[in-house]
Amino acid sequence: MTIRTLTAAAAIAALALTTAACGSPSSSPSQASEGGKTLTYWASNTGTSLDNDKEVLAPQLKKFEEKTGIKVNLEVIGWNDLQTRIQTAVTSGQAPDVVNIGNTWASSLQSTNAFLPLDEDTMKAVGGSDKFVKAALETAGAPGQVPASVPLYGMVYGLYYNKAIFAKAGIQPPKTYEEMVSAAKKLTKDGQFGLSLRAGSYSTNAHFAFLNSAQNGAELFDAEGKPTFTSDGVVKGVKRYLDLMQSEKVVKPSDVQVDSGQGVHEFTAGKVPMVIGATIDSIIQADGMKADEYGVVPYPAPAGAKDIASFPAGINLSVFKNTKNKDGALKFVEFMTSAETQKALNDKFGTLPVLKGAAPTFLADTEKAKVLLDIYANRSKPLPLVAAEDQFESTVGKAMTQLFSKVASGNTVSDEEIRGALETAQQQVAASAG
Amino acid sequence: MSVTTVEPPAQKPTVRPQRKNCRPKPSGWWMPYALIAPAVLFVLAIQILPMVIGIFMSFIKLTKAFIANWGSAPAAGVANYSVSLDFNSAVGKSLLASFFVTCGFTVLVVGLSWILGMAAAVVLQRQFRGRGFIRTLFLIPYALPMYAGIIAWKFMFQKDTGAINHFLFDNLGLGGEKPFWLIGDSSFAAMVVVALWRTWPFAFLMLMAGLQSIPSEVYEASAVDGAKPWRQWRSITLPMLKPVNVVLILVMFLWTFNDFNTPFVLFGNSQPPGGDLIAFHIYNASFLTWNFGLGSAMSVLLLLFLLLVTGIYLIVTNWRSRRA
Repeated sequence: MTIRTLTAAAAIAALALTTAACGSPSSSPSQASEGGKTLTYWASNTGTSLDNDKEVLAPQLKKFEEKTGIKVNLEVIGWNDLQTRIQTAVTSGQAPDVVNIGNTWASSLQSTNAFLPLDEDTMKAVGGSDKFVKAALETAGAPGQVPASVPLYGMVYGLYYNKAIFAKAGIQPPKTYEEMVSAAKKLTKDGQFGLSLRAGSYSTNAHFAFLNSAQNGAELFDAEGKPTFTSDGVVKGVKRYLDLMQSEKVVKPSDVQVDSGQGVHEFTAGKVPMVIGATIDSIIQADGMKADEYGVVPYPAPAGAKDIASFPAGINLSVFKNTKNKDGALKFVEFMTSAETQKALNDKFGTLPVLKGAAPTFLADTEKAKVLLDIYANRSKPLPLVAAEDQFESTVGKAMTQLFSKVASGNTVSDEEIRGALETAQQQVAASAG
Repeated sequence: MSVTTVEPPAQKPTVRPQRKNCRPKPSGWWMPYALIAPAVLFVLAIQILPMVIGIFMSFIKLTKAFIANWGSAPAAGVANYSVSLDFNSAVGKSLLASFFVTCGFTVLVVGLSWILGMAAAVVLQRQFRGRGFIRTLFLIPYALPMYAGIIAWKFMFQKDTGAINHFLFDNLGLGGEKPFWLIGDSSFAAMVVVALWRTWPFAFLMLMAGLQSIPSEVYEASAVDGAKPWRQWRSITLPMLKPVNVVLILVMFLWTFNDFNTPFVLFGNSQPPGGDLIAFHIYNASFLTWNFGLGSAMSVLLLLFLLLVTGIYLIVTNWRSRRA
């Protein structure tokens, strides 16, 4: 009987082992690569569409394969999904080898410890940190820490305007916030509005909460990394941005539902004369608007405020720490940030170079490229380089979307209400950071 | 000691074959257990394990600093719970608001779905031309891929270009400003409409199937006694459908209370307060802020609440049926 019991137990145990083996996740295809012959690369949506990204990247990846013998499996991921996908990859450990990240996420992703720190030696393997523009490199991670990403493409916000409509109304491109509002007011008539905002996108809203606060000289986090969203400068900054729709009435209320490229399409269709966007030239031109039909100026600050028009936005490249092909991954990073590849990709994507001495030649329109590069180099202030930056974006951005909703539905939003919403956001950040 | 405990069961099988000669092989008694073991293990792995892990997660400080290596996450004690349940703080207050929104949403959707489903099932019980066609038509929302259906609604609810405002204001000539449906206070109504559209065909299907099992003689007999349709419905249909109704309402309640897809597809990541259902709220609380410990604590609270409601519901319905 004891023997039988033992056999039964053994049989059950054996079965349990089998099922356990079935249940355990097999190693992900990306990392099953043998002998460093393949890499998995998640690219963000930088071009006009996911397919466009594939088209632009394919020749470069082929070149890389010819050079090194490493095949790159490319997956292009839209911005709506990228953060969740990265999160899942971090959580499960089933990650690609190399991934594009929004550079504003760099410090918060760095704090997950899931990415390869690029110390001096590693940095040398990708060409040395000296090759990058300083403003771009500053976005690679929290200050004083070993960066976990390198800059790949540079982007900035700009105010795009329709040259023909401006000429017809006899308006000069605005240099201050007041000029922008008066131009927009002049052009708001016959059911058309002067300016289009992406007011339904929480990340864009958070970016402009930051920019308008920065113009007021306000900081979002104090020296200890604690959120300071409720200071007067921030409240007034948020109010100024909301007022474009609320009191100035130059933004269409239904822009509160705009969370992707609809505003740009209306701009290229001539339905709205001004739109704010981050290096959207490739999208504008893919939509059929010619380069000489529109211009770009820095997003203007009010007279007397700090001249901050953007933050050094863009896309960085990170290597997952648990990659099975570290050498190949670093080779790939080196290749992607080499002068030749950079030039080819920046031209196609209409993004700014992140390498020192590289000329902005994108889309054969050096005039606009110069304006954008000037914003990037001289009129940008980095978003707070703290681990809670992403939580600032989600909480404050969402609070602003709610405030915009109220404005759009015909209610008035006061300073106190804004402060209350920001107070809630601040508590949420403190709760999850604590 | 162990020998004596093993001995008694060992004797039983040896006795049994003498009584029942049809079982000549007592030695294979463990076979059935071995055969069902994989199934049991799978059920444990699929059903219980995630729940246990979720409960475990709710007691650790699983923020993004530790997500890559769970083992290093420090214990949080009940901190995640106390934050969730501190209704004076921003986190607790918004969770409570979301809970009330979800309760209202569930009552409306389940109630209206049941009424619509019952009405349609009863009406379509009679034989008439085109009945099959109408039945199929009613079931379409249930057959459509959920995302595609909700995205279509999202387009229809747009302020300037949506079909709903076009119909109400341009075709029917309703006065006033066209409202936003997917932001502000109207978002609750929009969400209820979409969920109702998606849920009621299920009620219809179940009740229709239930009605098939009621013998037509009962109706005929009652008609002879002079019962009108309302009386027939109240005294025959409703009591005889009770087993179906008990299950149907419970299932619809659980589905609707946990509805994630409707708000997620309708509102994306920036949910208005009126569209902040609890499953969606928990998703945002954990995924947007990378605070999975807090999200798990909220999930566990939700699980406890649903267990409580389900338990009470089953006890009450059983007790009633036993009394009846």
